[in-house]
Amino acid sequence: MKVTLTLNGQEAAVEVPPWRRLLDVLRDDLSLTGTKEGCGEGECGACTVLLDGEPVNSCLVAAGQCDGRAVTTVEGLATHRRGEEILHAVQRQLVACGGAQCGICTPGIAVCAAHLLERGLGAPGDGANDGASDGAGVGAQAALPLAGKSEAEARAAVRELLAGNICRCTGYQLVVEAVLAAAREVADGDAGATGRPS
Amino acid sequence: MTAYLRPRSLAEAVAARAAEPGYLVLAGGTDLMVNANHRPAPAGLIDLWRLPGAGEISLDAERGQLAIGAGATWLQVQRHPLVVRHAAILAAAAREIGALQIQARGTIGGNVANSSPVGDSLPVLLALEAELELCSVRGTRRLPYREFCTGYRTTALGADELVSAVLVPVAAPAVRLFWRKVGTRRAQSISKVMAAAAIHLEDGVVRRATVAFGAVADRPVRLAGVEAAVVGLAPAQAAEAARAAVAGAIAPISDVRSTSDYRLQVAENLAARMFSELS
Repeated sequence: MKVTLTLNGQEAAVEVPPWRRLLDVLRDDLSLTGTKEGCGEGECGACTVLLDGEPVNSCLVAAGQCDGRAVTTVEGLATHRRGEEILHAVQRQLVACGGAQCGICTPGIAVCAAHLLERGLGAPGDGANDGASDGAGVGAQAALPLAGKSEAEARAAVRELLAGNICRCTGYQLVVEAVLAAAREVADGDAGATGRPS
Repeated sequence: MTAYLRPRSLAEAVAARAAEPGYLVLAGGTDLMVNANHRPAPAGLIDLWRLPGAGEISLDAERGQLAIGAGATWLQVQRHPLVVRHAAILAAAAREIGALQIQARGTIGGNVANSSPVGDSLPVLLALEAELELCSVRGTRRLPYREFCTGYRTTALGADELVSAVLVPVAAPAVRLFWRKVGTRRAQSISKVMAAAAIHLEDGVVRRATVAFGAVADRPVRLAGVEAAVVGLAPAQAAEAARAAVAGAIAPISDVRSTSDYRLQVAENLAARMFSELS
């Protein structure tokens, strides 16, 4: 079937079987190899992309389900200014803090963490994210990532919200540090280089 | 080539189901899409993901029930103020399913229809005495959730039916709710044992309790023996009576995730804790 989607902000169309995994469509049909396959079972989060603004495992999405929807991959996180690529705050901090080693889980973590920064670190169910409950356009919620959170609460929130991204290398500590550092950047209003992909 | 149908309404969905009962009904795909690239493609898909209106959550004040649309995702369930207020253990269970990526896609209707013995919401639905709304071109019927699971991954769902809503009675203020999931780690683990209960405590004694477990049988189960053993007892005595009644009520198996002995021990501990935590 012909699947038409908004991919990293641009219209894209691809002719694929409806049962093909979104992960395979991205990597094999659209040559976007930033998204990695870890387990293929929805356990590891390596293949995380945003589907209509929400983080999902692309190995568990059927291509047909993407028709008419928006997909953001790790390739869509950076912004461009005067021909120069500017990494998302999360990407820069993962580099700066050493929050990556072998790199297989990193794109999924970057996508998930970027999403969390855009809608704030409110833990699920604590009321901070109720506006997102329609499941669409979650990124439009302009919550400050660290608003009203102590350091310990923010750390716990990052750990819970990244619990679906398994890493075998880092022990997570530096990943959490990187996401918190990126959250501080956004909270400090250093948005020039951190804004969401436009 | 796999056929692909995306209904735009519940009426279209049941019509598609009636016309093509052999097609795979797909919502969030968190179970059905696992290893999809290594499995034969289905003849067709009926895609219910984001079916308009199917994820709505509302309060039916007349019946005293929360109506949760089958298409509601675990994120929607755990965040919805009505669920948090009236069925807190369902919100808690939703928050422990997989992690964010799974919660954004998995739906309550999928969990029910798929009917895995380790489906995390299912003991909660038993303990809360939920009903299901089942739809087909023939009409709509209601079925107590307790009568839905007929065996290992078999259900009372007709070949032309879809689960359209889960109806949860609003818990009375005097009813205390309990939920605990035991797995290998906090996130992304498939349960070894789950326990849910709704306990009506009055004048310091248990008047009535509904007690349900998951992952200890071929389907999620209510433990009538435990429920009978605790009536009329104060929490501390109820805890010991519940613990003692578990072994006669379940015979869990050993599998890749746990052993029979471990499951029984944990189930006994959880049965006791449901009541000991009341005091």
